[in-house]
Amino acid sequence: MTLGMINANPVVHAKRERIIRSEDIHSDDALDALDVFDSVRDIKDPEHPYSLEQLSVLSEESIAVDEKLGRIKITFTPTVKHCSMATVIGLCLRVKLMQCFPPHFKVDITVSPGSLANEEAVNKQLNDKERVSAALENPSLRQLVDECLYSNELYSY
Amino acid sequence: MVDNSDARTLAKSFLINVQVQSLAVRDRKLCLEVLQCLLDAYTDAVVVLGDDLVYGICEAIDEEKDPRCLMLNFHLVEILGHLYPDPSGPMASFAQDIFDILSRYYPIYFTHPKDDGLDIKREDLSKGLMNAFSSSPFFEPFVVPLLLEKLSSSLLSAKLDSLKYLNSCLYHYGGKRMVKHSRVIWSNLKDVIFNFSPERPLLTDELDVDMKSEVNQIRMEALNCLETALSCFDFSEQDSFLCLIIDDPDIGTKLESLTSITSYSGTSAEIQRDLSAIGGIFTSIAKVSIYCCNKVFLKFFPCLMDVLGVSRNHSSQFCITNHKTVHGGMNFGALFLSVELLSSSRELSLVSNIAAEFIAESKSWFFMLKSFSMDLCHVLGSVLRTSNTSMVASEKEGVLCAVKGLQSLSTFPSSCSPISEGCYEDVLEILMSIITGRSDETYLWNLSLKALVQIGLWIESASGHDSARGICYNKVVEKILSMLQTNDSMVSLSLKLVAISEIANVGQYVLSIIRALEDAIISSLVACIQGGLKSSDSLVGLLECYTSRVLPRCCTSGSFDDVAVQFSINIWNQLENVSVFNTDVTMQNVLDQVMITMKLLVAGCTVENQSLILKKAHCVILSMDFLKTQPFQSIHGIIALSCRDKWIASLFGSVVIALRSQTPLTDMKGILNLFLILLPEGNLPAAQALASMVNKCPSSINEPEISARLSLDQACEDILKLCLWTLESNSHLKQYNFLDRDICSQRSIVLGMAWVGKGLLMRGHEKVTEIAMFLMKCLVSDSNEDITLQQQKENGKGVGMDANSSLATSAADAFHVLLNDSEDCLNKKFHATIRPLYKQRFFSSMLPILLSSIKESGSTSKKIALYRALGHIISDTPLAAVLAESKKIIPALLDTLAISGSETSHKKIVYSLLLVLSGILMDDNGKVTILENIHTVIECLIKLISYPDLMIVRETAIQCLVAMSVLPHARIFPFRPRVLKAVATALDDRKRAVRQEAVRCRQAWASIASRSLQF
Repeated sequence: MTLGMINANPVVHAKRERIIRSEDIHSDDALDALDVFDSVRDIKDPEHPYSLEQLSVLSEESIAVDEKLGRIKITFTPTVKHCSMATVIGLCLRVKLMQCFPPHFKVDITVSPGSLANEEAVNKQLNDKERVSAALENPSLRQLVDECLYSNELYSY
Repeated sequence: MVDNSDARTLAKSFLINVQVQSLAVRDRKLCLEVLQCLLDAYTDAVVVLGDDLVYGICEAIDEEKDPRCLMLNFHLVEILGHLYPDPSGPMASFAQDIFDILSRYYPIYFTHPKDDGLDIKREDLSKGLMNAFSSSPFFEPFVVPLLLEKLSSSLLSAKLDSLKYLNSCLYHYGGKRMVKHSRVIWSNLKDVIFNFSPERPLLTDELDVDMKSEVNQIRMEALNCLETALSCFDFSEQDSFLCLIIDDPDIGTKLESLTSITSYSGTSAEIQRDLSAIGGIFTSIAKVSIYCCNKVFLKFFPCLMDVLGVSRNHSSQFCITNHKTVHGGMNFGALFLSVELLSSSRELSLVSNIAAEFIAESKSWFFMLKSFSMDLCHVLGSVLRTSNTSMVASEKEGVLCAVKGLQSLSTFPSSCSPISEGCYEDVLEILMSIITGRSDETYLWNLSLKALVQIGLWIESASGHDSARGICYNKVVEKILSMLQTNDSMVSLSLKLVAISEIANVGQYVLSIIRALEDAIISSLVACIQGGLKSSDSLVGLLECYTSRVLPRCCTSGSFDDVAVQFSINIWNQLENVSVFNTDVTMQNVLDQVMITMKLLVAGCTVENQSLILKKAHCVILSMDFLKTQPFQSIHGIIALSCRDKWIASLFGSVVIALRSQTPLTDMKGILNLFLILLPEGNLPAAQALASMVNKCPSSINEPEISARLSLDQACEDILKLCLWTLESNSHLKQYNFLDRDICSQRSIVLGMAWVGKGLLMRGHEKVTEIAMFLMKCLVSDSNEDITLQQQKENGKGVGMDANSSLATSAADAFHVLLNDSEDCLNKKFHATIRPLYKQRFFSSMLPILLSSIKESGSTSKKIALYRALGHIISDTPLAAVLAESKKIIPALLDTLAISGSETSHKKIVYSLLLVLSGILMDDNGKVTILENIHTVIECLIKLISYPDLMIVRETAIQCLVAMSVLPHARIFPFRPRVLKAVATALDDRKRAVRQEAVRCRQAWASIASRSLQF
């Protein structure tokens, strides 16, 4: 990047311990926030070799799931106010959720209130179906998203 | 042959002519090996070279970098060190040069990758360098400062290495040389010990801290160093070093602050760390020698006792009620340290001989300990008594400490035990009162039990159970055993059993424990069969404890046979004496457990003892109720079994199952007949007993005089009469007509035949084919007109079909019995004859038959049964055999999966078949076969993704699909859209595990073409 990094020296947090779920044979496992968090916590930040969890962009508390209504709502917090990567992060989240969860879930992705200068514009962009699919048609953007999604997989599998 | 003068010439010329460091690695290594060989094998020849030799070697080893050569270098220096011990010799003069060369490598920093093929690890190099350093005391002025400097390094591995080296140097250089460093050494060690001690001194092993962690190693090594330093110094040096330690103002102030804290709950980590550090130092000192132990006791023990409020025995009469510290809470620090001192003095007393005059000496640790012991013991007891049930960590530590202290107090060697007999009794009393009265406090209870067991083991190994203390302990065991009889609600039965089985660890009490258990079992067994027992749980618990926990201890002590014969005959006696069983419902779980016990008892006996038990059992058999109407030798027809008969028959079956093959079966004909009558009644033990009989019966009998014994062939013939299909009505075997029997007894016969067939199959007898054919006949039996017609006549339309398919189902399941390993009988434990590869043989002979009959069969119901049988055969055979036949298997396997997939009752088969399929998928040859059938395989797996009955089936099916995604691209690509679509539905599965697999699978298949999921 010619302009240099947007946040050159981010605060890195410790990864939270993974909770291993106890196996209950008889009951159904409802989809919950931890499920969603587990699937997105390892997404790499577009700028740094850290995961979104380590940069505290995401936490389990910032995810809400309503299984009955079929809704997933994620609020994420960019590391700096003027972060231009927020849209890329949002796009990564959406692609990952599309891959991991059934299509009947309605996914809302927003930045947390007050964390970004152009908050409204970004929110609008992230939840616009056509703009999302248009973005995914863009080869360089697509490549960036794929990198973020898959670079950590070497470690997780 | 090289003689000494040649060797000397060679060495000289080598030292003059060879420039080792200018050579390549390989040659350098060879050179060093030559030098090493000269030093090792021709020591006398080369030692006279003196300065030249040492100088030459210095040159040769300078600036070396290759790890292999380094190892040789270190070794050369080590040899030199041992070669020239003279203070005016060459080693003394070259010590600094050699040190300069070697010190560059310290601390070893070695980053070669693991697979460099050199097979040299960092530890090897570090050890080599350590040996080189400690080889000669002339290194001392250079090495010790270096080590002490690196000890303060922040790199953990350097710290650890320094401690190890220091330890080795202390040991090899000797006290004289090291004494001048003692002050610096102590201050360095003190730093390490105080900084690297664990925060929870006692609970470390329970909190599951990794004992091998570097931090812990550092602490251990530092304490080791302390011990080595103390033991390598001479008397006066030792004394001054010891004073250095125990008079250290740091220790004094820390100890003071530790003992003045009133409550240890919620103290900072630093205080806890200090505590464990001081404990470690005390322990290390006390372990070194009696002198050191005396010193540390004299200095610290009285004041610790003072803090605990313990007074010397002679100065005050002990009285628990007016004790001052009990109320304010015990000072844990003082408690911990005094218990540490106690246990390390105990360890010392184990390794060193304690002379009689020492015991009398008033300045010895022993005297001091003795004067405090009585009161200390009661204080420890009161800690346990007042501990509350909440058990926070700090409370736990107090309890642990107290129990440990009591245990140490009572396990000193008898020659120097600090406590009196009365006090010893008190200790046992305290622990017992916890066992009997406080079973709800699990932690305390388990600790006390463990301590009791340890005390028992100690008595056994040290003084024997005749000694006064042994007799004391006998009372404890008696008390625990008497808990079994009393029916108090204080301690639950399961805890009582835990206590008993733990005490059984003490070898000498096993027999009395077994007696007590047997009495309890017999009395509640009699109550059970007479109908006086409300719940069978306690009896089952007793039997379980007996068989699985106490009986195995008998095996090791060698008294198994006596115990087994006595107890099993005792059981038979009870059955004989009670003529009417009063249980309305047969207590099946009790019967099962008694059968298991009986089998284990019989199986462990020798041939002679088995015969004894068998004889007794045979006598009881003759008193069975139904024999009142007909004689034993000629029983026939359908018999009605009373409850007692059922017990006797089942237990007799268990005896027969567990016999060794050498044990002769008297009256085999009668027994066979009995079992043959019982088998169609659905008596499973009878079938299993028959199976063991045919499995173990010798194939030919050389003693014709024993007419009661049957040959194997005759026995088989008799058994196979049960499978006679249809007969002419005038035949004398009419009673055996299989088709005339009702469906229940038909199914029992099928199951029984499966067991008998298993017995024959395992020994490799050819008659098993007849049984297999019989089972096949049952499988396809609905083509048989007679049976359907007859059934329809009896039960009206439609029912016949049901009954038949259930006969076919049980025939199919019979194949599972045939091939599956059983815990109940016909295994190694019960002395079965097992021919190797019997499963594989059966598999390859049955496979073509089943495949062709599947092809021939028309109706679906028949097909379902056949496929079920095939499923059992495939999944129970070892995978290697199945893989060899994978070409034939795969299509049939897929059909089976497809058909079974729609039946709920088949879910276990579906799962095990799926496992076979995944096994084939993992194999290279199997992959080829899979590729040939790829279309059907994928269709089948896709169907199983939504298998409703079993979660693991869905999960495994998806895993199989993941495994298939690496098959050749061109073959699997056409299926990509279908698989992706099918897996997408699994994203919404009820179970989390399936969902996660689905995500993996989706990614694996999506990435075949591109990373995008858009297809």
